[in-house]
Amino acid sequence: MEKAYQLRLYIAGQTSRSVTALNNLKKYCEEHLKGQYSIEVIDLLVNPQLAEGDQILAIPTLVKKVPEPVRKIIGDLSNQEKVLVGLDIRQL
Amino acid sequence: MVKNAKQPQKAFKAVSIPKSPSGISGLDEITLGGLPTGRPTLICGSAGCGKTLFSLEFIVRGAMEYNEPGVFMAFEEKADELAANVASLGFDLKKLEAEKRIRLDYVHIDKSEIHETGEYNLDGLFIRLGYAIDSIGARRVVLDTIENLFSGLTNEAILRAEIRRLFQWLKNKGVTAIITGERGEGTLTKQGLEEYVSDCVILLDHRVVDQISTRRLRVVKYRGSIHGTNEYPFLIDEDGISVLPVTSLNLDKAVSSERVSSGIPALDKMLTKDGFYRGSSILVSGTAGTGKTSVAASFVNAACARNERTLFFAFEESPQQIIRNMRSIGMDLQKHVNKGLLQFYASRPTLYGLEMHLVAIHKAIRQFKPSVVVLDPITNLITVGSVSEVKSMLVRLIDYFQSEQITVLFTALSLNNIVNEQTDEGVSSLVDAWILIRDIESNGERNRGLYIMKSRGMAHSNQVREFVITEKGLDLIDVYLGPEGILTGSAREAQILQEQTGRILHTNALGRKDRELVRKRSLLEAKIEALKTEFESAEEELNKVYIEEELKRQVLEQNRQQITELRKGSKYRAATEASSSSKNKKGK
Repeated sequence: MEKAYQLRLYIAGQTSRSVTALNNLKKYCEEHLKGQYSIEVIDLLVNPQLAEGDQILAIPTLVKKVPEPVRKIIGDLSNQEKVLVGLDIRQL
Repeated sequence: MVKNAKQPQKAFKAVSIPKSPSGISGLDEITLGGLPTGRPTLICGSAGCGKTLFSLEFIVRGAMEYNEPGVFMAFEEKADELAANVASLGFDLKKLEAEKRIRLDYVHIDKSEIHETGEYNLDGLFIRLGYAIDSIGARRVVLDTIENLFSGLTNEAILRAEIRRLFQWLKNKGVTAIITGERGEGTLTKQGLEEYVSDCVILLDHRVVDQISTRRLRVVKYRGSIHGTNEYPFLIDEDGISVLPVTSLNLDKAVSSERVSSGIPALDKMLTKDGFYRGSSILVSGTAGTGKTSVAASFVNAACARNERTLFFAFEESPQQIIRNMRSIGMDLQKHVNKGLLQFYASRPTLYGLEMHLVAIHKAIRQFKPSVVVLDPITNLITVGSVSEVKSMLVRLIDYFQSEQITVLFTALSLNNIVNEQTDEGVSSLVDAWILIRDIESNGERNRGLYIMKSRGMAHSNQVREFVITEKGLDLIDVYLGPEGILTGSAREAQILQEQTGRILHTNALGRKDRELVRKRSLLEAKIEALKTEFESAEEELNKVYIEEELKRQVLEQNRQQITELRKGSKYRAATEASSSSKNKKGK
């Protein structure tokens, strides 16, 4: 079954920043979107050709494909407020 | 010893940095080989100056001509748009992309989509670029224009650090890169990219002066290499970018000592009988209506008669006009046109900017391959450029003509009559020969005087000749230097007549003197005869006395002997005779 929130996290190798980002993301999702999300982690070092599709420049980048509109959140996701706004979970 | 002598030379060669030819016509001459291989080059300029085209041409030429695949990473235009935009230049990006010789990558940054939170880096871009490079084995990379990152991402500190890292990374990759940047106020680029790219910086400029636009290119810096430092005009036409004209930085042209006739025998005579050197540049200047175009046409006529291809650039008259006008002075240019030896290229100077003219001239020359070129007149180009611009254009033209061994004749209109002040667009110092036609005004009429201001490398007459245009063609006549100055036209004719009269009078006078001499001679001779007779009579007189004397003496002698004979009869007689003879002796 399709989840309401489909998230993709682009990373480049297991750097501390990627790990932080992934941990932060998981934490926010568990808090606010429990059961309604799926996270796909894409390591560009393994699949560099995927960078073009989602127009990835910065690492790490979180891409919210569904629901519309598409959003990209770059950085280690350390600011919870900004991430939640970016994911349209919380209105400004 | 020999080894030692060779080594420094080798070391020097190693120092000179390797270069990748850009394939852009003219640029490789200015940079003496191209852009620095394996290093990033910054191309900066304001909007619409041709940065994208410039960098794209670098990629396409690299792929097509130098077998170096290239990646074009566009931050501004989509790959499709880009391909469509340059299709008009004959670049088939789709085909090249399919052949894996180039790769277009469009990086889209939409600020509304992006939220920033916390630390990040641009590894995504690196990976993407790295992947693009590796997938086709690219040797060339263009980032057009990376400054767009600044509009999409807000954390400038990270961006700057990452861009710095990107350039280092490109260097490590060993790709020859072009980074384009928008020109900022007071700086070369808005974001100060020049701080990061310090190997080679090229500035493009697009200026509109007097409603006429000119594109210019300047190599601001090129570390580790010498380069042309001037602003070079360039233009974008159907063949892409041409940094034109191709001006070599050195003066090492081949020269010819072959001569070509000017078409005016009398003028050739002033130039040690043979005319100009082949491949030289000739300037004919003069005020309006002095016959500059006629001189040019005569030169063309002579060249065509020698079966040489000739190109006539007319900036003032239409070809038909020139042909008609020249027919009136006995030159049929139409037959040369029909034979294909002569081609006219007429255009209004204001039709387009100087550079376009220059390129049009270059192109026409490349196509027609003439050995003689005429530009009539260069002065009209002033209307589209400043004097210095026209000068620099002409310098380039002359340079080009020399390298192609084309003999070129310029005509120039001078606005005043004071020779020293004439600069003739400043080309007079560049040309090899300068012929000046002047108005000589006197006796209520205007005549033309022609003289050679200079003619490098040959003896030439320093005399002012009267330049006459007749229905049979052009000719030069020696002017008369009379007590009242130079005489031309009818004054000269009058002088000739006067001299003829003088000659007749002189001959007459001579005849009279001769006759008088004869008379004097006969008179003298008569006198001499008389004197001679007088002398003879005097001589005769003298002789007469002499003879009488002799006769007297002989008679006396005879008498004495007779007496002696008579005295021989008696002693007395003998004694008397003896005393009388002694007396006689004493008396003697």
